[in-house]
Amino acid sequence: MVDFRMPSLGADMEAGTLVEWLVKPGDQVKRGDVVAVVETQKGAIEIEIFEAGQIEQLLVETKVKVPVGTPLARIRTGSDAGAVSVAPPSPVPIEARPAGAVPPPAQAAPAPALPHPPPMAIAPGAPRRDRVSPAARLFAQQHGVDLAAIVGSGPAGAVIRADVERSLEATTTAAEKKRPIGLDLDAMRTAIASAMARSKREIPHYYLEHQIDVTACEQWLASTNAARPPEQRLLMGVLTVKSVALAARRFAAFNGFYRDGRYEPAAAVHVGMAIAIRGGGLAAPALHDADRLSLDQLMTRTRDLVARMRAGRIRSSEIADSTITVSSLGERGVAALYGIIYPPQVAIVGFGKVVERPWVVDGAVMPRSIVTTTLSADHRVSDGHAGALFLAEIGRLLQEPDKL
Amino acid sequence: MNETDIRTILQETLGNIAPEMDLQKLDPAADLREALDIDSMDFLNFVVAVHRRLGVDIPERDYTKLLTLDGAVNYLNGKIESRQS
Repeated sequence: MVDFRMPSLGADMEAGTLVEWLVKPGDQVKRGDVVAVVETQKGAIEIEIFEAGQIEQLLVETKVKVPVGTPLARIRTGSDAGAVSVAPPSPVPIEARPAGAVPPPAQAAPAPALPHPPPMAIAPGAPRRDRVSPAARLFAQQHGVDLAAIVGSGPAGAVIRADVERSLEATTTAAEKKRPIGLDLDAMRTAIASAMARSKREIPHYYLEHQIDVTACEQWLASTNAARPPEQRLLMGVLTVKSVALAARRFAAFNGFYRDGRYEPAAAVHVGMAIAIRGGGLAAPALHDADRLSLDQLMTRTRDLVARMRAGRIRSSEIADSTITVSSLGERGVAALYGIIYPPQVAIVGFGKVVERPWVVDGAVMPRSIVTTTLSADHRVSDGHAGALFLAEIGRLLQEPDKL
Repeated sequence: MNETDIRTILQETLGNIAPEMDLQKLDPAADLREALDIDSMDFLNFVVAVHRRLGVDIPERDYTKLLTLDGAVNYLNGKIESRQS
């Protein structure tokens, strides 16, 4: 039996609110399954589980805010089969079961340790019972609609189901138009402020810039995309992310975490991609194993990540485990950007706008497409010399886009 | 399919990409990337959606013709008319 706990989704997270359970007692889960949605300062995050087994018990009700590390659910793992009868760690009595027994059906699971929320009470001032149709009352309860606020269109002014539906529709569309569900931009601003202030306080940044000729990338993209329908076309952004991922694999001093006074290089390369949120806000969810994905796979993953980020549906592993960050603010027209490292990472690479410039190639001046690429890195971990080699490697990789 | 239909479809498509913007107030001659704050991924999604809804082939080299609402309406209208003739 193991506990599934409220995960830490970043150095600054202290607590999270359980918004939704996506499993119930008795469900089988495997590593990587999304089991719950948690509201944090970074928005609603889909929480994955890292143990395989069966959900034994849910310990926290929805809408409850709990500190990081709090057990949320109890999981019966495969190794429990023979051990259950010995000493169940749970205070709730569990029936002894012979080894290899069939998992208990859902209804046999012990009741949740926390009391169920009280049944929805009818708010004072709600229409009298005879003025609300049973179907309308049920629908309102299921969707959390306040009946008191609804003007009925049924006989004698009774509230009927259609009235409740209209009310629900009006409130949800108004809210959805403002911002995606699950994203609290004020909270996100607070989280950014906290992480960036900590970065500038603790991390001795150094900054380098390198002008990279991306003419070969543009030509390769033009000829590759010419033969493809729009949904299969690639963007410059996937070439730059891939080049950074490959360079990060070679230069370990830029890919990892600085924690508790020491640097731990990461074994994998998870590139955090800075994504601007419409209406203000920024997040950098991870493209896992970006160094090992093909350009087509990276494009698909990027498209998916941007769409889910903007809709406020990001998974826990994506928000917490980036090993290096890439920002492509050049999209918005700036020539260059000097990023602030997202702790505990140790480097951020920035790509400016692609501009056509007179460039000397083999002794002749010609128009070439140039992008200013910058590196902000942690001087506790690396020096400018290594940083220069790292940036040069990114530039070299971008000369041969067909090999990325 | 006339110009008004195309314009309506384009506004709907852009509305899905930039839901908080008031497209009725969008200057039809403004650069969409700046007016609606859309990046290359948004623009590609716009092209994908227009391609699906109108069945018009939009090669990458023609992207510059779709950078304003008026430009996009003219370009797509021309494509549809040449298909019908």
